[in-house]
Amino acid sequence: MARVSIRNEIRFILNGRNVVLSSVAPDATLLDWLRLDRSLRGTKEGCAEGDCGACTVLVGKLSAGGLVYESVNACIRFLGSLDGTHVVTVEHLRGEPGQLHPVQQAMVDFHGSQCGFCTPGFVMSLYGLWMKTPDPSNAAIEKALQGNLCRCTGYEAIMRAAHAISSYGKAAKDPLAVERKAIMARLEAMQDGARIEIGSAKARLIVPANVDDFAAILDKEPGATIVAGSTDVGLWVTKHMRDISPVIFIGNLDGLCAISEDQSVISIGAGVTYTDAFSTLANRIPALGPLFDRIGGEQVRNMGTIGGNIANGSPIGDTPPPLIALGARLTLRKGSKRRTIPLETFFIAYGKQDRQPGEFVEAVHVPVPAKGEKFAVYKITKRRDEDITAALGAFFLTLAQDGTVADVRIAYGGMAATPKRASAVEKALLGKPWTEETVGTAMAEYTRDFTPLTDMRASAEYRALAAKNLLLRFFVEATGTKAPFQVSRNEAA
Amino acid sequence: MNKHATSNLKAEKIAGGVATDQRHDSAHKHVSGAAVYIDDMPEPAGTLHVGLGLSKVAHGTLKSVDISAVRSAPGVVDVLTYADVPGENDVSPSGMHDDPVLAEGKVQFFGQPIFAVIAETRDAARRAARLAKIEYDEIPAILGIWPLDPVTDRLVTTPLTLRRGDAAAAIAAAPRRVKGRMKLGGQDHFYLEGQVSLAVPGEDDEVTVYCSTQGPSETQHLVSHALGVPSHAVTVEVRRMGGGFGGKETQANQCAAIAAIAAKKLKRAVKVRLDRDEDMTATGKRHDFAIDYEVGFDDEGNILGVDFMFALNAGFSADLSGPVGDRALFHCDNAYFYPNVHAKSAPLYTNTVSNTAFRGFGGPQGMIGAERIIDEVAFAVGKDPLEIRKLNFYDPMEAIGRRNVTPYHQKVEDNIIQRIVAELEESANYPRRRREIQAFNANSRFIKRGLALTPVKFGISFTKTESNQAGALVHVYADGSVHMNHGGTEMGQGLHLKVAQVVAEEFQIDLERVKITATTTAKVPNTAPTAASSGADLNGMAAQNAARQIRQRLTDFAAERYQVPVDQVVFLPNRVRVGNQEVSFNDLVRQAYIARVQLSAAGFYKTPKIHWDRGKGQGHAFYYYAYGAACAEVSVDTLTGEYVVERADILHDCGRSLNRAIDIGQVEGGFIQGMGWLTTEELWWDDKGRLRTHAPSTYKIPLASDRPKIFNVALTDWSQAYEPTIHRSKAVGEPPLPHGMSVLHALSDAVASVADHKICPRLDAPATPERVLMAIERLKKEVKSGA
Ligand SMILES: Cc1cc2nc3c(=O)[nH]c(=O)nc-3n(C[C@H](O)[C@H](O)[C@H](O)COP(=O)(O)OP(=O)(O)OC[C@H]3O[C@@H](n4cnc5c(N)ncnc54)[C@H](O)[C@@H]3O)c2cc1C
Ligand code: FES
Ligand code: FES
Repeated sequence: MARVSIRNEIRFILNGRNVVLSSVAPDATLLDWLRLDRSLRGTKEGCAEGDCGACTVLVGKLSAGGLVYESVNACIRFLGSLDGTHVVTVEHLRGEPGQLHPVQQAMVDFHGSQCGFCTPGFVMSLYGLWMKTPDPSNAAIEKALQGNLCRCTGYEAIMRAAHAISSYGKAAKDPLAVERKAIMARLEAMQDGARIEIGSAKARLIVPANVDDFAAILDKEPGATIVAGSTDVGLWVTKHMRDISPVIFIGNLDGLCAISEDQSVISIGAGVTYTDAFSTLANRIPALGPLFDRIGGEQVRNMGTIGGNIANGSPIGDTPPPLIALGARLTLRKGSKRRTIPLETFFIAYGKQDRQPGEFVEAVHVPVPAKGEKFAVYKITKRRDEDITAALGAFFLTLAQDGTVADVRIAYGGMAATPKRASAVEKALLGKPWTEETVGTAMAEYTRDFTPLTDMRASAEYRALAAKNLLLRFFVEATGTKAPFQVSRNEAA
Repeated sequence: MNKHATSNLKAEKIAGGVATDQRHDSAHKHVSGAAVYIDDMPEPAGTLHVGLGLSKVAHGTLKSVDISAVRSAPGVVDVLTYADVPGENDVSPSGMHDDPVLAEGKVQFFGQPIFAVIAETRDAARRAARLAKIEYDEIPAILGIWPLDPVTDRLVTTPLTLRRGDAAAAIAAAPRRVKGRMKLGGQDHFYLEGQVSLAVPGEDDEVTVYCSTQGPSETQHLVSHALGVPSHAVTVEVRRMGGGFGGKETQANQCAAIAAIAAKKLKRAVKVRLDRDEDMTATGKRHDFAIDYEVGFDDEGNILGVDFMFALNAGFSADLSGPVGDRALFHCDNAYFYPNVHAKSAPLYTNTVSNTAFRGFGGPQGMIGAERIIDEVAFAVGKDPLEIRKLNFYDPMEAIGRRNVTPYHQKVEDNIIQRIVAELEESANYPRRRREIQAFNANSRFIKRGLALTPVKFGISFTKTESNQAGALVHVYADGSVHMNHGGTEMGQGLHLKVAQVVAEEFQIDLERVKITATTTAKVPNTAPTAASSGADLNGMAAQNAARQIRQRLTDFAAERYQVPVDQVVFLPNRVRVGNQEVSFNDLVRQAYIARVQLSAAGFYKTPKIHWDRGKGQGHAFYYYAYGAACAEVSVDTLTGEYVVERADILHDCGRSLNRAIDIGQVEGGFIQGMGWLTTEELWWDDKGRLRTHAPSTYKIPLASDRPKIFNVALTDWSQAYEPTIHRSKAVGEPPLPHGMSVLHALSDAVASVADHKICPRLDAPATPERVLMAIERLKKEVKSGA
């Protein structure tokens, strides 16, 4: 491995200006920096945990597709993770001289603000959407706004505004579109392939140069906190005030963000965000599309990674159960040593995973269901979107020629201390004719597999009941019924 | 910007008068991030920040409070406890002295503030606050009202009883009777801007508090009590709030007091801004209720007698729980005439946060009791609940017979609910959709549809009579521009805009000539909180009164100067016709100034007619009523309880709307907020009394994707206030919120379909997917057991 050079500052563009910071606390958030250091107070704090969107800003990053602007939650985005990006806040929006930006003017004219506190965040989310999709559908707007709460308007006015933006201006003529080449050139000029190290002793952050550099650093400093999208770690800081130094920022890291696919397997680098994984996964494994659309809000999906969702070991993470049901495997790496294990075995117990000190999650390999193999995943939450799972069931099924169950894998989240297979249920199905009667018998087996807990998301009783009913839903869906088998947001009434 | 030259002197109408659609005055600032909230103001040099130390038990005495580690933490300047409160350690709005600024000797709920760290940065203050070592002697805690007895258990304040006729006898004699109990959850305000105050010390005993408060006068008074100084030493100012919804009516006062105490003690500016978790844990919410009801009725579904007990969770102190319980009783009839009624409130003491005002102020809870009764009657007699509703409405205003007296003995004189419901039934195609849904459900195994149409009648006025007053201050400057100030506060509802429209209308000048300014106790004293939907009604009238005084002076001056009779001075758009000539408004003002005419006036208004005898439970409690109705349709998954709102139609009465654009926003937003309360917003305490839904990650208010897929909102364009309100408009802040009931009842209707509409689902709220599924299961079991 070539020696990497080391830089002791981060460089990015804030609105119009280049910023160079050589003193950055590892836990400094972008929101505090904007509001306190830069006195840019258009960006608001509503929750400091990524759920309300009042702090939404755009971050432009260089990627294979060029320069992409994505909405993110400034409250849980660490300042130290912004190297080489273009941060755009509400203060940067411009229209024709003396005029508001089209997004802003539409919001004004359609009465999209009442108290106005959520408004800058909505403006930024809509701006991000409009740049990509100038004439969005209702569903696209709702999706883009899943991470923005408004307590005043009831959203209707905001939806009307969102539909009207393009009548106020052309996305192609937007300053960020017009200046794109120049910004890209400025960002490219910042890329020197160096590792960044800032701070010392108790407050230290590192941005590795690439995945090999990361492996080497972590091997030497196994106690460091790995931060990918910071959609979990951000809250450790803002809510629990945990000390996370030294921090290794691996978001957008070279060598960790690739997706590769062949006939039967999709391999996803641990640093791939939900957003970046979406099109491949939703194309190849269609049942994952609607699930991914219900993970967090747009800002969280733009930051959060599948690797982080697995590595955090949470029993209510949404990707492990479907990936387990699909038979996914996980590659772990320590220094230059790699091992690949069934994802299922990674989760040992609550808070305990099969990951050695100095080891990190490098990639997950997801088998694509073949023709005839059935796969579905259902997430149950209190609120449909941007809510954490109460119970989530994933089902993979292969039928034999004679209509009996040849292979079945069922995995649940929210039902145990880890993402967990329903092995007793599977056993009751295996080899049996795939009929409602069999399903009915198998439903009685759930009590063997799971003794869920009661908490603020759901009672044990509800979890148990809803979880087993999902098997019936799967049966109905798998029979190819035309009748509705679940309620749906996107189909017209 | 020089707008001076732009006034159109030929205009037929001014730009921005009353009854025109205007955009929110701050909209352009909201969208550009330029609107300044308290936390956005540039801090004075040396500003300190506060972190709160909160109780970790629900009930206990404070055995020891060791804050030495807090004091020595980096950046900490001081730590305040109750002993540092120079005046009274109390911010109780009820005068009951039961709301300490900082806990003294004991704590009464999990999350009660015990001490306040003052540090150089907010981060340092928050970190240091965690270092305290506090020992408690725990006392058994009352963690909810469900197991309590509303008659014998401890109350925080005197309950109210309403009585008309003989309910017990009527129920006993009725051909049919039903009795039941309903559980109704509370609601967090979730204003997007949390509680925040910035106190800047002044000379002598002066202090200015910039506070996100709906009641600047109340904040001023309580801060002065806590400081032990006269009210004149304290100025409270607020330009705008990032949402209030009642949550900043009294709940802003504690932070304001802490900031002011620290600022005076340390002689530096001090800011308190609560973290969302702290805000949700330590400040009050909408009251959860347990509603016991019994109703007697005939085979047709005519209600004959009703008995209610409204037990509400006051929390550990009185706060506004007394009046909230009262308003629940005032609305326990919703739009229905009860020939005999007995209703009682019970504001129960518990060891949870002290609950407070929330949009509707108990009214929605009262209405939900009424609608539950309607459901019970409908299922008992086997009719569509809508039929039962229509059967029991108060007499319409054009045909008042004997069915128009409320449980508090006020006559309903302005009832238009029949017409509203009839129009909505038609525009929403209720009968046709009822049939379609029946057919759909018959053919759909797992997904069931439900439909409901619910009415709203909402009483307008504070029931505390002295709150029904308002002041305003209007200056006309020599250039003809106008400075407008009043006692109301802006929290997004467009109040300032509406009042400015009123002032523009009086002077007949374009709206942009009227400057909206921050609410401050230094300009208008002794104001009511902006609450009870009364903002525009009261302050609009007060501002109109101020403007009229000045206009009268201008008229007299013009008449004299131009030697014409007073009635020949007519205010036209941006100009004044004096006899045969026209003078621009600006010129007339200039002339008046030179002639030394006073161009400033303080306006005042008090609501006429109202009176209320709480002891007797009788009076003319409300100046008038606002009406409306909503029709909602839902789809429910009977395997999981998940649902979506397919469609909602609302027809709402704002009288002669001052600004339809603003009012429609209030109706849409109110409906969604009401729906959230009754569906996904669940407050969940663990067995230690700790609120576990203390952040948006766990407390789920509606998102854009929770809106009805089809959402039609209309205002009654034919109605006007029966009383001479400001331009015959009606209050709109609270009345639309209970339209969310239509969703609860549509869910209930869908649930009922699993038992062929034979069993009343008794669906409690919030109707989370879990509650919906459990209700479905219960009904299925009852069907099976042949009940
Ligand atoms: C508002 C909000 C909504 C959310 N909604 C959902 C939801 O609906 N469903 C859901 O499942 N989750 C949800 N989450 C949680 C979160 O988005 C995920 O867990 C996310 O996938 C974590 O990825 P990250 O990159 O942000 O991880 P980080 O926060 O950066 O890290 C998470 C953990 O993983 C470790 N880690 C990260 N990458 C690696 C690696 N390559 N190797 C080893 N360790 C690593 C970190 O050290 C840390 O312990 C939500 C979070 C927020 C803030
Ligand atoms: S402040 Fe709420 S998402 Fe960032
Ligand atoms: S306008 Fe107040 S929260 Fe959205």
